[in-house]
Amino acid sequence: MVVWTDQERAYIKDIFSKLNYEDAGPKALQRVLIVYPWTQRYFGGFGNLYSAEAIQSNPMVAAHGTVVLHGLDKAMKNMDDIKNAYADLSVLHSEKLHVDPDNFRLLADCLTIVIAATMGSSFTASVQAAWQKFIAVVVSALSRQYH
Amino acid sequence: MSLSDKDKATVKAIWGKISPKADEIGAEALGRMLTVYPQTKTYFAHWADLSPGSAPVKKHGKVIMGAVGEAVTKIDDLVGGLAALSELHAFKLRIDPTNFKILAHNLIVVIGMLFPGDFTPDVHVSVDKFFQNLALALAEKYR
Repeated sequence: MVVWTDQERAYIKDIFSKLNYEDAGPKALQRVLIVYPWTQRYFGGFGNLYSAEAIQSNPMVAAHGTVVLHGLDKAMKNMDDIKNAYADLSVLHSEKLHVDPDNFRLLADCLTIVIAATMGSSFTASVQAAWQKFIAVVVSALSRQYH
Repeated sequence: MSLSDKDKATVKAIWGKISPKADEIGAEALGRMLTVYPQTKTYFAHWADLSPGSAPVKKHGKVIMGAVGEAVTKIDDLVGGLAALSELHAFKLRIDPTNFKILAHNLIVVIGMLFPGDFTPDVHVSVDKFFQNLALALAEKYR
């Protein structure tokens, strides 16, 4: 079981309290589709992804970015049992969506950069450590039901 | 994933913007790496102080960014241009190449933090590719 210090819990709570889902979600998804273009394989139905400008103005990408970011709420509310909280979502990504779990790590990295860019200097090394630990646990939980 | 002409131009342009803060970026990135990825501390057991902002961390951050700046000037032939550095890392320092990715990640986080308006996704992809190619050039002589 993952052990969280009070400090880590406070940092994670703080990040979520300041998070603008409709801004960070789209930005993170746009960034992963641009920086790691092979991730576009999962979004064949999203229309025009042919350039960075197209991706950044694509309304389906923006909407989905928000949905994906809200997916993290489950982890924030169940920090002491993230593994089980994501069991169903993990099965979904494996059995139905057929997403290579390495993509979770890529999206996590892009989300970290978006949050760092938004928070600026308040995203200290300790905050980054807590955030990356949190997101690594989520990535691990989402990857667990792949057989 | 080799560097296109566009990648090279993008990297040179962003380097121009961020190089005045190179020392700060290097120190910050190194400090974060040591904090967020504690396994990297194993390479610095000989330092008195491994905390972010300490004198050895600042000094070494500067050294690293100096090398990054040099790599930007040698972007057309990273393997040739960084041959000496590769020998240093392969035979003397023997740093596991996985750690190059970790440092690159932290450099990118810090650049994104300090230059949020300039570090667009377009710039990010070119910089990410550059660091990957730099890492490959550094690992060239490993085996």
